[in-house]
Amino acid sequence: MSTSYKFTLNGEETEVSGPPMARLLDVLRRDLGLTGSKEGCGEGECGACTVLLNNEAVCSCLVPLFQVEGASITTIEGMAPQGQVTDLQRVFATEGGAQCGACTPGMILTIRSLLKRYPRPTREQMREYVSGTLCRCTGYERIFRAVEVLTGQRTPEGVADAPVAEGARE
Amino acid sequence: MSLSWSPKSLAEAHEALASGALKVAGATDLLVVDHATGRQHEAVLNVLEIAELRGIRVAGNELSIGAASTFTDIRRSPDVPKHARLLTDAAATIGAAQIQNRATIGGNIANASPAGDSLPALLALGALIVVSGPHGKRAVPYNAFHTGYRKTVLDPSELIERVIVPLPAPRVQIFRKIGTRQAQAISKVVVGFASDAPSRNALTNVRLAMGSIAATPIRLHEVEALIEGAVLSRELADQAAALVEKTITPIDDVRSTAAYRRHVAGALVRRLLLDLHESQTS
Repeated sequence: MSTSYKFTLNGEETEVSGPPMARLLDVLRRDLGLTGSKEGCGEGECGACTVLLNNEAVCSCLVPLFQVEGASITTIEGMAPQGQVTDLQRVFATEGGAQCGACTPGMILTIRSLLKRYPRPTREQMREYVSGTLCRCTGYERIFRAVEVLTGQRTPEGVADAPVAEGARE
Repeated sequence: MSLSWSPKSLAEAHEALASGALKVAGATDLLVVDHATGRQHEAVLNVLEIAELRGIRVAGNELSIGAASTFTDIRRSPDVPKHARLLTDAAATIGAAQIQNRATIGGNIANASPAGDSLPALLALGALIVVSGPHGKRAVPYNAFHTGYRKTVLDPSELIERVIVPLPAPRVQIFRKIGTRQAQAISKVVVGFASDAPSRNALTNVRLAMGSIAATPIRLHEVEALIEGAVLSRELADQAAALVEKTITPIDDVRSTAAYRRHVAGALVRRLLLDLHESQTS
C-alpha cells in the first residue's frame, strides 16, 4: 500500500504517493523527473545527491519519503527557475568551480547552506562544509575561489562571464 | 503493505509501537542497509517529531539531551560544548554536515555499532539513558546499555527518550579518533577520556572508553586504575599504553587489522597522557 505525503518542493506544494521508506532521491529523480540531484555512492559519503531539507544540507539518498511530510525541500532545479542561473552558479562557471559537473548540483546546495550560516566563510569553514561533497576534478581550490569571489573576499579571475537573467540573483 | 506513523507525543508513539513498527530516526545507517539488501519494513515510526525526544537543556545537576537531537543540534547548542566538550568533539567527526544534520544521538546509541563515535564519549561522561516503554520510564546507566555485538537492553516496544549527562561534568575531557582520513571516516579506534584534576599533575575519577576495539564500546577499567591518582609522567604514559595493548582484543575487519588497532589504541592513550602531562607542567 502506498501512502500520500505532502511537502513543499522548490516553493510549490507537492504530493507524492509511495512507500514510506522510499528514498527521497528516487522520488525526486524517478517520480518527479528532477534529475539534477545525482546518485554517487548511495551511502551518504559523496554528497552528489545533496538537497536542502528545511534549509539544511542532507543526502537525499538517506532521507525516507515519510519523514519529509510537511517539510520544505530545495533541489538544484529550485536554484535556477526557468533555466536562469544564480550568482553562486555564475561564479562556479566563471571561476572554474564546475568541471565535469557530477558533484556540481550537490556542491552548489552545500555551499548555499554554508553561506546561510557563514556569509563570509573562512577556508576552514568551507573545508568542513564540503568535506561531505566529493569533487575529484577541481581539487576544491577553484570552488573555494568561486565562493570568495561571490562574497567579495577575492578579485574575479574568470575568463568568461556567464549570462545571468533578471530575477535569478541570490 | 507499509504503514507509517509520525507521532508528536510519546503516548501516540507507544500506540504505534504496540503494533510492532520499526523506529526510524535519522535513517543514515538504516536506509543504506535497506537499499543494499532490498529489506522491507511492514510498519515504520518516525521518532524525530516526538516532543519528549526533542530539545537540549540543563536542569538542576544534569544536562538533558533529547534522543532525537541531531549531531548538528548538539554542536550548535550552547549547553553541550560548555559541559560536555567530549560529546561535541565526537559529534564533529560523525560523517560530514549532511550526516550531522540528520543523524541523531538516540539513533547512534540504538544502532549499537561498535564504531559509533559518540558512544565512548557517553561512556566517559558517565551518561544515563532514559528509556520510555509502554509501562513507564527507566534510567539505564550507559555502561550497562550494550549487552553484545549490536545488542542492547532496549526492547522493541521501548524508545530512547533522553540522554542525561550528570553535572558537574568531568573537568578533563578528551576525544581522539583514528580513521582512514581526517574527514568523515568510520573509526578504526576511537577514544573518550574524562577525569577530574584536583591536584597538579594527578588525575582522579578517571574514565577511559574506547570504540571499534571490541564488540561494544567499552571502558578500560584496568588502565583507569593504573592512571587513577598517579602522578603524570612519561613512564606512566608508557605503562598505560602497554596495558591498553595487553587488555584489548580487537579484531581484523574490513576497516583495519587487530594488530594495527592494538598499536594505535596504545599510542592514542600514550599521547593523550603526554599531552595532559605537558599541559599541566607548562
